Amino acid sequence: MSEKTQLSALSAPNSYIGRTLSRAGAKRAVAGRGRYTDDVAPQRTLHAAFLRSPHAHARIVSIDTSEAKRRPGVALVMTGAELAELCTGPWIGTLTCFPGMKSAPQYPLALDRACWVGEPVAIVVARTRAEAEDAAEHIAVEWEELPAVIDKKTALDPGSPVIHAELGDNLAFRKVIDTGRVDDAFAAADLVVEATFDFGRHTAVSLEPRSLLAHYDPGTEKLAITTSSQCPHMLQRVFAQTLGLPDHKVQIIAPDVGGSFGLKIHTYGDELATCAAAIRLGRPVKFIADRLESFVSDIHARENLVKGRIAVSRTGEIEAFDIDVLAGAGAYSQYPRTSVLEATQVLNITGGPYRHKHHRGRATVVYLNKPPSSQYRAVGHPIGNTVGEHLVERAAEALGLDPIEMRRRNVFPDDAYPAVTASGIKIKDLSHQRCIDVLVERMRYPELREEQARLRTQGIHRGIGIACFIKSCAPGPHGYYGMGGAPISLQDACVIKLEPNGGVLCAVGVTEQGQGTDTVMAQIAATALGVPMASVRVISGDTDAVPYGGGTYGSRAVAIGGEAVYQAARDLRQEILQLAGVLLQAEAAALDIVDGMVVSRAGRTERLSLAEIGRIGHFQLAELPDSIQPILSHTRRFRLQEDLYLFTNGIHGAYVEVDTDTGFVKLLKHWVVEDCGRVINPQLADEQVRGGCVQGLGGALYEHCIYDEAGQLINGTMADYLVPMASEMPDIEVAHIETPTSVSELGAKGVGESGTGAAPAVVMNAVNDALSPFKACVTTQPITPEVILTALAKI
Amino acid sequence: MSEDETLQIRLTVNGEPVVRTVPVRQHLVDFLRTDLGLTGAHLGCEHGVCGACSVRVDGAVVRGCLMLAVQADGAEVVTIEGLSDSGEIADLQQAFVERNALQCGFCTPGMLMTAAELLREGTARSREDIRTFLSGNYCRCTGYHAIVDAVEATLRNRSSKPSEGQT
Repeated sequence: MSEKTQLSALSAPNSYIGRTLSRAGAKRAVAGRGRYTDDVAPQRTLHAAFLRSPHAHARIVSIDTSEAKRRPGVALVMTGAELAELCTGPWIGTLTCFPGMKSAPQYPLALDRACWVGEPVAIVVARTRAEAEDAAEHIAVEWEELPAVIDKKTALDPGSPVIHAELGDNLAFRKVIDTGRVDDAFAAADLVVEATFDFGRHTAVSLEPRSLLAHYDPGTEKLAITTSSQCPHMLQRVFAQTLGLPDHKVQIIAPDVGGSFGLKIHTYGDELATCAAAIRLGRPVKFIADRLESFVSDIHARENLVKGRIAVSRTGEIEAFDIDVLAGAGAYSQYPRTSVLEATQVLNITGGPYRHKHHRGRATVVYLNKPPSSQYRAVGHPIGNTVGEHLVERAAEALGLDPIEMRRRNVFPDDAYPAVTASGIKIKDLSHQRCIDVLVERMRYPELREEQARLRTQGIHRGIGIACFIKSCAPGPHGYYGMGGAPISLQDACVIKLEPNGGVLCAVGVTEQGQGTDTVMAQIAATALGVPMASVRVISGDTDAVPYGGGTYGSRAVAIGGEAVYQAARDLRQEILQLAGVLLQAEAAALDIVDGMVVSRAGRTERLSLAEIGRIGHFQLAELPDSIQPILSHTRRFRLQEDLYLFTNGIHGAYVEVDTDTGFVKLLKHWVVEDCGRVINPQLADEQVRGGCVQGLGGALYEHCIYDEAGQLINGTMADYLVPMASEMPDIEVAHIETPTSVSELGAKGVGESGTGAAPAVVMNAVNDALSPFKACVTTQPITPEVILTALAKI
Repeated sequence: MSEDETLQIRLTVNGEPVVRTVPVRQHLVDFLRTDLGLTGAHLGCEHGVCGACSVRVDGAVVRGCLMLAVQADGAEVVTIEGLSDSGEIADLQQAFVERNALQCGFCTPGMLMTAAELLREGTARSREDIRTFLSGNYCRCTGYHAIVDAVEATLRNRSSKPSEGQT
């Protein structure tokens, strides 16, 4: 525990901090009583389906919807041009924090040109989804195919077709970071290792697809949108702006959200079109993406080609990293968060655990005729960690150093903070050394190495992987969205209220998607107030009911939202103690709240229940002097100040077996030791890490949106696009080092993405360790059997 | 077959007799969700891969998205709501909650349907067996470890106390 921590309440006997408590929502879900957007079915609901572009790049010569409009059950058909008349203007996915960035204006539905297979072209609204789909088949479009840009490697060639003529070329953004003297460091280094990495495009595949139900009331002129979203206030703002409605006349309700992973922090044209249709029709309109259209219309991520090299001394000191990133975005930069953050994060975090002095990174983001790419769980980290940790591992191998020893020699020492990485990011309160120690112990690392060596003599090829990481959490207002101009709140808020019965309502701007955010907020509120968990109810996911906030993304919910809850609850506690002091004619400072009772600090005798305070504070006001006006409702907001992010750190270990005849990888065991600061609920933190790991392992081994030369997605079904199954995944052991962040009282950082961020790195290192007797090495993800057999020169 | 052709079906859903006229092209899971309001079965892929729509038909777990409602004529259908109300998997549900073997919960009803079948069959014993048995049900949140733990714990408890959890 940090010495800076002054939170006696957090470690008090009745504290809920650091305790595993079950989630209230879990009981509903196991009984089949979860309530997701598609389960909400108001009377007279109509259903939307979309005609989507069958071409990667094509001009709409003509579009005729007259026959579709005559089909049974059809209430409305709108083309892109017709929809544009209902909108205030197109989206332009640039932010001012990315100087020189370009993006073309994007309309919710394609206007006169479609730029990727799956881009929505027309909306059909009918009595049932089936009727809407039937009618969509009767929209006649005359297409003129245009040359498509599919390969990022040639997208900037002089002869390449240009997707958006007004941009001049297909370049979205370029960024260079350079400490200087990088070439000198490489020239003078004892050892240079270099590699080229190819990361396949993949997508989130939340099991509940994108879902939205829009309902416009012409009487109150209010648009109520129930949708599976992580960021209700951002959606409110974007939908209001685009539809020309005042923000406060748009309500966003996020009911149960069936998986999100960053996919659901974005705005999508088909969803906007559904809202516009609801306004036009004055009836509820629902759009539930089916899986096939999800694959071609959800954001994609991770398509990067990276050249990396590392300079190392003969004693194993890392001297420099030099990386060159080529990222293939989609046809537009995703509004409002952009499609360039991933590549810039790769520059920031590659080699982030280490003390090297020289660092150069170049990122080039190009447009392709594919679905827009954007933020997906652990943005950029799977790439940056894989590049950095592969190079470190290869350098260790070349020097004959054990991978653990190599890292011990190079990580920032635990007493080195605050510090700044060579890439220029500020880090504090990290614990690489302690994490390495715990991992070695948990893995039984020396014994595992012995077992590996023994099995190798029997022709069994097992590999041990190690990967250190840092992870950016809880973006601050000086970072991309705040300074960049995106309509996204970088602070978060809590309104906490004492009800007449002594119950506590706690409304928060951060949202719940199954991580357990609501439960964790209740644990924080109950602890800070001194009440039983059962007295607290958390409200989230409704812009009419919660204070303005940014929602849940970027591992920010507990770090930012949790601190707001903590401070608001402390304020409420203070007021309750003051009221109790007046009623009891005692000094507030001599009183405490324990288990919902006001007690005297000395002797802990029970004096007054919170139900009494609530009753008097709301009903029996005559019992108080006129000079005392109870409020019993407190609001706090919290944001980072000078920090761009709160960084966390940790280390993964992996044990795998590679079948060198088939190329199949069997994951035997996975370990994570990570430092998310103060752990509020150990079980929920563990499960975030485990689930995150498996998502990372999916990307590393299976998941891939495969495009052919014409820009067609050739594996866009759940049968062809492989996600991890139970039988393929290992048991995952998780341990936490707790270094509370010094920027908040609560001390929590973030935990939701650290599994995903480093799992691809560690599994690739483990596979390469298994392949090392063959002098074979893979640097492509997903690491399919084909990739392995190619590396083994067997195919 | 025209798009609006309908047929009357008679079936039992969660022990209650149901008579409805349904479009012949309607899938069983859509019928259960929209016509009967049984929204516990979810649509994750609509092509028979993810398992979120799993329901029990005449004692066997099927994909509700691969079966037409008309094919369920005369059948006995049990959804997660019925399975839950019957108490058959109360111990399993409790284990899922205690072990946090679900996050978003979207896959959970289907996962429980399949796990209930595993418990009834009683052939899967090891963690590897459990993992293999559950492989037709995708979960994107948990990474499966906690699900395997919960099923394993329920198996263990049932074999040590055979009379419990099977009301």
